[in-house]
Amino acid sequence: MDTSEQKNQPTDTGHPQESIPIAPKPYINSYLAGAMLGVVLFMAFFLTGNGLGASGGINRILVFFEDVVAPEHVDRTPYLLKMAGGDKNPLDHWIIFIVVGTVLGGFVSGMIHHRVSLEVIKGPNITVPTRLTMAFIGGILMGYGARFARGCTSGQALSGGAVLSVGSWAFMFAVFGGGYAIAYFLRKFWN
Amino acid sequence: MAPFPLAEIFGHYGAYVIYLLVGISFGAVLEMAGFGISTKLAAQFYFKDQTVLKVMFTGILVAMVLVFWATGLGLLDYNRVWVNPTYLWPGIVGGLIMGFGFIIGGFCPGTSLVSAATLKIDGIVFILGVFTGIFIFGETVENISVFWNSSYLGRFTLQEWLGISTGTTVLLIIVIALFMFWGAEHLERIFGGKDLSKAPKARIVGAVVLLVATFGLVGMGQPTSLEKWNQISAEKTSLLENREVQIHPGELLDLINNNSLNLIMLDVRDETDYNLYHIVDARSQAMDELTKMAPVLLQETANTVIVTIDNDETRSTQAWQILTAESVPNVYILDGGINHWLDIFGHEGHADCSTELIPDSDGLRHVFHGAMGSRHESAEPDEHTVEHLEYVPKVKLEKRKPTGGGCG
Repeated sequence: MDTSEQKNQPTDTGHPQESIPIAPKPYINSYLAGAMLGVVLFMAFFLTGNGLGASGGINRILVFFEDVVAPEHVDRTPYLLKMAGGDKNPLDHWIIFIVVGTVLGGFVSGMIHHRVSLEVIKGPNITVPTRLTMAFIGGILMGYGARFARGCTSGQALSGGAVLSVGSWAFMFAVFGGGYAIAYFLRKFWN
Repeated sequence: MAPFPLAEIFGHYGAYVIYLLVGISFGAVLEMAGFGISTKLAAQFYFKDQTVLKVMFTGILVAMVLVFWATGLGLLDYNRVWVNPTYLWPGIVGGLIMGFGFIIGGFCPGTSLVSAATLKIDGIVFILGVFTGIFIFGETVENISVFWNSSYLGRFTLQEWLGISTGTTVLLIIVIALFMFWGAEHLERIFGGKDLSKAPKARIVGAVVLLVATFGLVGMGQPTSLEKWNQISAEKTSLLENREVQIHPGELLDLINNNSLNLIMLDVRDETDYNLYHIVDARSQAMDELTKMAPVLLQETANTVIVTIDNDETRSTQAWQILTAESVPNVYILDGGINHWLDIFGHEGHADCSTELIPDSDGLRHVFHGAMGSRHESAEPDEHTVEHLEYVPKVKLEKRKPTGGGCG
């Protein structure tokens, strides 16, 4: 499935509004990307019964290291115990393979389209340290919020939304609502 | 029927290969959409570039239409598709926090993985932040556990909430989303200076295809429990006819006293009969709510045995058919129902009931002089009674098929 998508990809360039001059190829049309995402999500449900996810996997990778450093602490904390208590290996879970796959797929696609390059992406009016500080703070909020909401944009909004979970739709509106609510005050950072 | 028991087909680790392939496709699509670039994602919130909205909602719409076509055609079992359980307020609060995180940091967890994979340093730093945030949550969740576990509504779908059919729900979402796309494009034109006339015409074709597919969905409908039963009745009816699933009251008593099992007794009689008399710990279960119960029962642990109970066997057999059609495993019927149970465990001459035979064979053959509920002695017989009974035990724990398991 994924290989054919990648083969099709180079033929589908040339949306003028998004073209970047030299090496990196332009991104594909948003609706086309969305349709491909929909097919991937459907295949995930059809083959496995599960949707997609990311934060759950990041969580387990973290718990794996916590279990190496402080196994007693993991065994005493109910939330961590579920994933890594006793002999349980937190990495022995399907979500880990989704996460590893996501990184691999992102890398491969980036290589094919010449978009892998070590750089900081930021708005024009802020410094690199500011951007990285913001990224770190935003990451903390994201990680905390994702666990609070029992899933992130992929696992809750996308997957739960497609199979019509009420909570997932409420969550999705909350994410966009939260973003729009404070976007104005942060406009200097992005514009 | 899909979803498939991957671990049985490919083995424990073989199944992970499928997940890996799904993940690779996911990552590749996100990267191709431009989701590795924080400025592109953040632009969503300044109306200039609606990529996030377009990709996400198109993804949801396409997956949704495909999923419900598959369930409608009987290719996919919706009961065994993981539907995120609703914890309404924790979800909304978590969502708001994530919204703040999104605009401050420029990513959501999934997109930051792709960003890091293409060596964007802000993406890598963002992931370090995500680790930190998750760590803080794991250490502090106990202080907020009451709120975190509040407003739990279980597996709660939009079509249940709205009280309309699945097809109509999908149609409603598609129509709203298409209006949203139209609005988003105009925002891009106004704030982002994009020329709409240069946008590919194929997107209109796509929208029409989606709409037509959804009208098809509305027309087709989703299979009812009865239709699902008719599909499998050929292979399952023999179980009923050979009485392989009707368990003797003695075996039920044995199950009640077996602590290694999670026994669920579903008393499907009228509430009046239930109030008059029921076996201790049996739940009163309305027949017309059974289909809705199926996904809940599917989430029970692997050692779950379900026994349906009627006065005789009429409704308990129907209940068995519904649950079996909805792919709930390990369902059994109480042989002879409550009447048989009372024949064995009821005492003659008990002050509160008499065991005279009432001609109406569909009803309760035993007369109670008041609503005994489960206070009657025979509702909880001594476990040693079972030793004097002769019966053929029939319960065999069948392996449960996978039912998903969320973002955990």
